[in-house]
Amino acid sequence: MISVILTILTVAAVTFLTRLLPFLLFPANKETPAFVSYAGRVLPYAIIGMLIVYCFKDIRFYAWPFGIPELLASAFVVLIHKWKHNLLFSIGGGTLLYMILVQAVFV
Amino acid sequence: MIKKAFRAAFPLTLPVFMGYLFLGIAFGVLLSSEGFHVGWAIFMSVIIYAGSMQFVAIELLTLPFNFLSTLLITLMVNARHLFYGLSMLDKFKDSGKLKPYMIFSLTDETFSLLCSANPPDGVSKKWFFFFIAVLNHFYWILGGVIGNAAGNLIPFNSKGIDFAMTALFIVIFVDQWENSNNHLPAVLGIVITAACRLLFGTSWFIPAAMLCLLFSLTMLRRRESA
Repeated sequence: MISVILTILTVAAVTFLTRLLPFLLFPANKETPAFVSYAGRVLPYAIIGMLIVYCFKDIRFYAWPFGIPELLASAFVVLIHKWKHNLLFSIGGGTLLYMILVQAVFV
Repeated sequence: MIKKAFRAAFPLTLPVFMGYLFLGIAFGVLLSSEGFHVGWAIFMSVIIYAGSMQFVAIELLTLPFNFLSTLLITLMVNARHLFYGLSMLDKFKDSGKLKPYMIFSLTDETFSLLCSANPPDGVSKKWFFFFIAVLNHFYWILGGVIGNAAGNLIPFNSKGIDFAMTALFIVIFVDQWENSNNHLPAVLGIVITAACRLLFGTSWFIPAAMLCLLFSLTMLRRRESA
């Protein structure tokens, strides 16, 4: 119980710190260095790509089912999102498809 | 004044409403499958409020408290927030008393909405941004509560439900791709991280990838300005 609360509080505090730090380092009343503005512009794009790879870190491409459920469900998400731009269809549909694939098809 | 900002913000948050409801439900179901009741779901979603980190935290909750590993894992998973903050330095300049909450609630989705959202004429910017943030926070808590309660009522096979998180990142990736002319940072993000995963293994590839990305993007800027 105490252990659980301490873990949650630590996660919460560190999460807030990662959001707060840039504002502490570059206060509003001072000019932001050019490199920082540049990083603020390009990094979000790179970081989302990084997160996708992070989600796939445990796939084993040399053993059954060779990451096929992940690839199929991801392709589905990309296509349906480009088509409808609706988060419910993209996230809900992709997750349902993935659950069916890992529970019923690639068992 | 404030009412007007709420009315302008609400429709913009509807896509996140649907995404967060689903993702929050996935979180609630997983949390209850580890034996944590709805009070924990609310507590976590109110004070942590970070989608991917809360999924990771479920695993941490099942282990004895370890400050250092909790700190490092949270830093690794959330390090991207540093870059969101950097991108919002300017937008939050006039947020006044609301600024601490704006910073606290800067999730992937709120960030992506704030990137493109502009208040209509005559609507207070800071309240408009605030309502986008606070509505998203509310949806996230609501999803967690529903998922946790339903997960306790109807036992079902939740295997694979954590793909909701992956799907969310893919969706943001597609949106960003469509809203940008320079795809190099996005491509580098995928390629460099994948290469680091192969080279450094599962525990060290994220910090390694962050350093490599920072380095390669710096080189890119040099080339641009040279």
